[in-house]
Amino acid sequence: MPEATGAASRIVLETRDVGKQYKLDGVEVNALRGVSIAIRSGEMVSIMGPSGSGKSTLMHIVGLLDRPTTGQVILEGDDISNLSPNQLAELRNRYIGFVFQSFNLLARTSAQANVELPLVYAGVSGADRARRATDALERVGLGNRMGHFSSQLSGGQQQRVAIARALVNNPSIVLADEPTGNLDSRSGIEVMAMLQELNAQGITVVLVTHDDRIARHAERVIRVFDGRVQAEEIVGNRVLAAQELASLPAGEVAG
Amino acid sequence: MNLAESFRIALRALNANKARSILTMLGVVIGVAAVILLVGIGTGVQDEITGQVEGLGSNLLFIVPGQYGGSMGGDQAPPSRRFTIEDSDLLARRVPGVDAVVPVLQAGSTIKRGNRSVRVVVAAANEQGGEVFSGTLEGGRGYRKSEVQAAARVVAIGSTVRETLFPGQDPVGKVVTLEGQRFTVVGYYESMGGGLAGDQDSQVYIPITTAQRVFNLNYINTIVVKATDPARIEVVKADLRRVLTPRYGEEFTVFTQEQTLGLLSDLLGTLTYMLAGIAGISLLVGGIGIMNIMLVSVSERTREIGIRKAVGARTYDILSQFVIEAVGLSVLGGIIGISIGWGGAVLMAKFTPVPTNVTPWAVATAFFFAAGVGVFFGVYPAWKASQLDPIVALRYE
Ligand SMILES: Nc1ncnc2c1ncn2[C@@H]1O[C@H](COP(=O)(O)OP(=O)(O)OP(=O)(O)O)[C@@H](O)[C@H]1O
Ligand SMILES: [Mg+2]
Repeated sequence: MPEATGAASRIVLETRDVGKQYKLDGVEVNALRGVSIAIRSGEMVSIMGPSGSGKSTLMHIVGLLDRPTTGQVILEGDDISNLSPNQLAELRNRYIGFVFQSFNLLARTSAQANVELPLVYAGVSGADRARRATDALERVGLGNRMGHFSSQLSGGQQQRVAIARALVNNPSIVLADEPTGNLDSRSGIEVMAMLQELNAQGITVVLVTHDDRIARHAERVIRVFDGRVQAEEIVGNRVLAAQELASLPAGEVAG
Repeated sequence: MNLAESFRIALRALNANKARSILTMLGVVIGVAAVILLVGIGTGVQDEITGQVEGLGSNLLFIVPGQYGGSMGGDQAPPSRRFTIEDSDLLARRVPGVDAVVPVLQAGSTIKRGNRSVRVVVAAANEQGGEVFSGTLEGGRGYRKSEVQAAARVVAIGSTVRETLFPGQDPVGKVVTLEGQRFTVVGYYESMGGGLAGDQDSQVYIPITTAQRVFNLNYINTIVVKATDPARIEVVKADLRRVLTPRYGEEFTVFTQEQTLGLLSDLLGTLTYMLAGIAGISLLVGGIGIMNIMLVSVSERTREIGIRKAVGARTYDILSQFVIEAVGLSVLGGIIGISIGWGGAVLMAKFTPVPTNVTPWAVATAFFFAAGVGVFFGVYPAWKASQLDPIVALRYE
């Protein structure tokens, strides 16, 4: 399998023959049937497939939010299969940042406090926390919206707050599940530009999507179908969101 | 995450849902206020009554017919034979070291003057009655020995009686009707303030011989003995028993002041605990309200819990957040309830005849009980929240 980035980069996250079964009213649903993937440090990878193919299930498992029925998940070289819920919580806190389709920000809570949340559970003290949250919000271009509540922000801005929250504790990997799914096209492009920029700065990004065009923002695409990996390919003509943004008719500049 | 952080999160959550927080708290507020007020009343009444009994002096002995055990209730025989004035006279002659031996008879009646009338308690004694009753004469005099001997129809009246029958007048020398007989008022007493211990302002005092005649009785209720030296009270008690035993066997009981007080505070203490128990039930109901709201709040905030867990909250973090929320509600409710209950008790003492006394002990108990209610009823919802699977919580709509 060809390497998109430097061949020397280490594997951050790996699944070995992961299966996931759900039981619904006695009927077994095989959401995943033996998925083995590896994500390397600094990569930007898309997991792509049609609706119901098991993308989200896979993302929840690699994000340690859910446990596989069979197989192993290896994070930073360690098998996490036998860890307690609290140990998983600590690993999520330290190594993983999430960006969800529906933003999942705390309501009636300022952007600043939302971004601070992972640091609160990491035990970072008040002043340090505020400084790092400010940095993260500035990085996503929201330095001037720190005191706003989620409800006072546009969808695109909310998703950028979520990206800042994902970044703030310097994770090994950022997992984004349909991050543009609830956004208009311009905001979507802005969010993709943001993720590409972060990746360029060295952050590992895994993008889950059903949309071929969104998937081609990554360097590599893993195609999932019916709970299996169908194909993996290097993206030839990568979409660069920043260029796209520049070519759009000048709208109001976000942020 | 440290505790201070849990506190901030909990306070923010309570603040975000002000109306609901206040309504939930109301249950605890009412419960605690009720505990403070009712216990305050119980304690106040207890203090006042024991104070009044103590005010009579520590050298009093009370002799009543019948056998009484050491404690309240239970093994009391109905009085078989009652005392007479002769018993009282006998004791006065035969028992040394006493200042006064007072036969007492009490009865309810109505006293009239013209078209005015008032319900009274008739307290009858001999001329030494003043030694054992606590009132102070405001005008006139008490009845004399000669009047007791002659069974004269003279009366000294309490302040309520005077105000009702003789508004703005001096009653001395005037005539009133009691049990169909005409009595001359010889004196009247200062107001003692309405106590719960029996309204002494509605009493009238007449010679015991007169009372026996108008009520057509040949017995008396009680003999009250005042010992000269409080230190020798047990000796006097033994002497009283020695004189009465040949006549009554074991069918009488001599109480010292101390015993009377003991009986009274037993009874009143039980009453206070009963009041506290009733009020405690409302506090319990308040606690169930907290549990109810916390359960609602947990299911409403399932998504929030999922988000927190996704970014690294551990079981303990979620548990402490929700427990602190519940305890915060109950403690705040407790503080407000204490203020209201205390304020109510103070106002009640000021504007009604009901005496109240809010003790630090009652306040502390109510406070910790309220906090305990928060912990007890908050732990289950908080535990439920902490056990939520992050993925289930995130999927929750
Ligand atoms: N909690 C669950 N209980 C039962 N079945 C589930 C559960 N979660 C997912 N599934 C099933 O597993 C399969 C994969 O679901 P998943 O959410 O991973 O799909 P997806 O690829 O993310 O789809 P979409 O693009 O629509 O988000 C589906 O058939 C779904 O019905
Ligand atoms: Mg999905």
